[in-house]
Amino acid sequence: MAFDSLPLNLTELPGAVPAWQGQATAADLPDICQAVKDQGGRLASLWGTDEQDRGLGYALHLALAKPEGMLWLRAPLPADRPEYPDLASIFFPAGRMQRAARDLLGIDADAADRRPWLRHAAWQESAHPLRREFAAANVFEQGRDDYAFIAVAGDGVHEIPVGPVHAGTIEPGHFRFSIVGEKVLRLEEHLGYTHKGIDKRFQGMPLAEGAKLAGRVSGDSTVAYAWAYCMALESIADVAPPARALWLRALLLERERIANHLGDLGYLGNDGGLAFGLAQFMRMKEEVLRLNHQLFGHRYLMDRIVPGGVACDLDRNGLDAIGAECARLEREVRLLKDIYDDHSGLQDRFLTCGRLTANTANKLGVIGLAGRASSQGWDVRAQAKPAPYHLLDVRMKTHKNGDVAARVILRFDEIFESLRLSRAVIERISAGEIAAALPAVPAGRIGLGWVEGWRGESVVALESGEDGSVRNCHAHDPSWQNWPALGFAVINNIVPDFPLINKSFNLSYSGCDL
Amino acid sequence: MYQLLKQIIAVGIKTEAPPQADEALRVVSQRLQQEILGMFAGSLAIRHVDAGSCNGCELEIHMLNNPYYNIEGLGIRLVASPRHADLLLVTGPVARNMEVALLRTFDAMPAPKLVVAVGDCGCSGGIFGESYASRGRVSNVIAVDVAVPGCPPTPTALLQGILTAISSGRHGAA
Repeated sequence: MAFDSLPLNLTELPGAVPAWQGQATAADLPDICQAVKDQGGRLASLWGTDEQDRGLGYALHLALAKPEGMLWLRAPLPADRPEYPDLASIFFPAGRMQRAARDLLGIDADAADRRPWLRHAAWQESAHPLRREFAAANVFEQGRDDYAFIAVAGDGVHEIPVGPVHAGTIEPGHFRFSIVGEKVLRLEEHLGYTHKGIDKRFQGMPLAEGAKLAGRVSGDSTVAYAWAYCMALESIADVAPPARALWLRALLLERERIANHLGDLGYLGNDGGLAFGLAQFMRMKEEVLRLNHQLFGHRYLMDRIVPGGVACDLDRNGLDAIGAECARLEREVRLLKDIYDDHSGLQDRFLTCGRLTANTANKLGVIGLAGRASSQGWDVRAQAKPAPYHLLDVRMKTHKNGDVAARVILRFDEIFESLRLSRAVIERISAGEIAAALPAVPAGRIGLGWVEGWRGESVVALESGEDGSVRNCHAHDPSWQNWPALGFAVINNIVPDFPLINKSFNLSYSGCDL
Repeated sequence: MYQLLKQIIAVGIKTEAPPQADEALRVVSQRLQQEILGMFAGSLAIRHVDAGSCNGCELEIHMLNNPYYNIEGLGIRLVASPRHADLLLVTGPVARNMEVALLRTFDAMPAPKLVVAVGDCGCSGGIFGESYASRGRVSNVIAVDVAVPGCPPTPTALLQGILTAISSGRHGAA
């Protein structure tokens, strides 16, 4: 068992991924985290909940991941002094998550950085939206947001503020560049602009409906989130979806990966000065989306994964259409890869640009596609292997260079692997039901969902409430871990390369603004 | 270069006829292009603001630029600055953290200006609704000319919404 060397009483959670739950005191957390880190583990997520209605103050929650499984650790915090030790010195990504937990719940890590993260000016420091006494409809006077950016001093250093509204059609966030000439000395990110109160919105929602909200945490990863949410709920209900539903889920997840990678490869070509690439890849993406609409009824596959199974089936013609599409994409993407590889102008922009070394990536805890492009070998499909991936033998791709070129190569490699997996699914898919009925779920049960979306892992931690409602639900996006890495990747690059580097990461704002 | 040119020729032209503005207008694509020609000198400039969306609507706005919809061929451009824009495309429920930025973007646009609210969230607040963090529908914050529902709306629906906004805009709304 993955975590049995820890001095904790752990209970295994039923469900699709190896997962355990346990409890620890806040004071013990640094030692536990250090031990997990020493064993090759990392922090997957950190959040808090209000337990005062149970007379238990607050709780800090950690999701700790190893390749073979995940540990959901809960630490009770007293109501009068909800404090815990800073974990960011052990797990770097904890820093922003701790700040978000303080903004939302008023639980405080003993950390040096006292600045808010998700709280801008829409509510006061004394108000804590995730506390149960806080009514969601509470509206405060809009204040003034004067976030304290860290200033870089020196001869010729100046700042470029960018955002929250960016020049392109992308999500909002603020980037503060400190530069000399064209060279970036430092990039500071200020996010949280799309915070729309998702954790609060989950509370009290019918469990079945939560899948829809989870599917809108980050729209480009709707399949990954809906699956992660359903996986968590199915763990709570101790129900396994029928085999056919699981095959279809894997097919949908790989189609989401293919569509997003195609789009990114198009934009990366465009940002590198090859508009031909944008036209070609966006055409292919459009064709994938149209087939999605034709076969599954939605271009981005929203709400196709439902608790207990899937909401759509495929007949023989549908399977054949996907098989034919796989063959066509394989041929065309290989051709375009050759064109990209041979295009000296494009390679000149890609190579050595925005380099994130394996060492830095490791220290920052970078995961997902960006992590794999910097030698960080994490892929839930190949490691924890939620069904049906345990039957698919996913070949995880990694690269050691960590530059834009590596992230481009990885996208190509992962498209080919996803096409191989899609073909394997349509060959092996079994006949049968596409959904299992979920029984009524008692209050106070917890379940974890853990799915490798195209950007990285989506984690959903769900707790059931009274009468089939959600008591708490926290959805975690891999962008939490990877946004800080962008800040390191741009150092010493020139400002005009930032859009290309940013696109090569393509992180979600909505996913971690929540 | 040979492969590149061969691919361009092999793929050919994928652009489809643009949709009609709406049932009542029933105009053919040339007429619609003439609306743009007449009112915006042949070029409609659109500024997009994500006011808090899940990024689903952004995916479809991106798709408007693909060869199938080819909005640039209709004379429609997505521009980098609100000062260059005739029309504002707003997605998402308006997050309270984006309220000021949305208002400033709107204020920075020269008049006459049109606003199209995009998606179920832009139309009604969607699944996120109104809360301490969200103002809900776009029209709670700025005046909206046309609202395009859908989660997300298809590129065709987006195009119809844009065309409807400029067609009605001619009659003095802006």
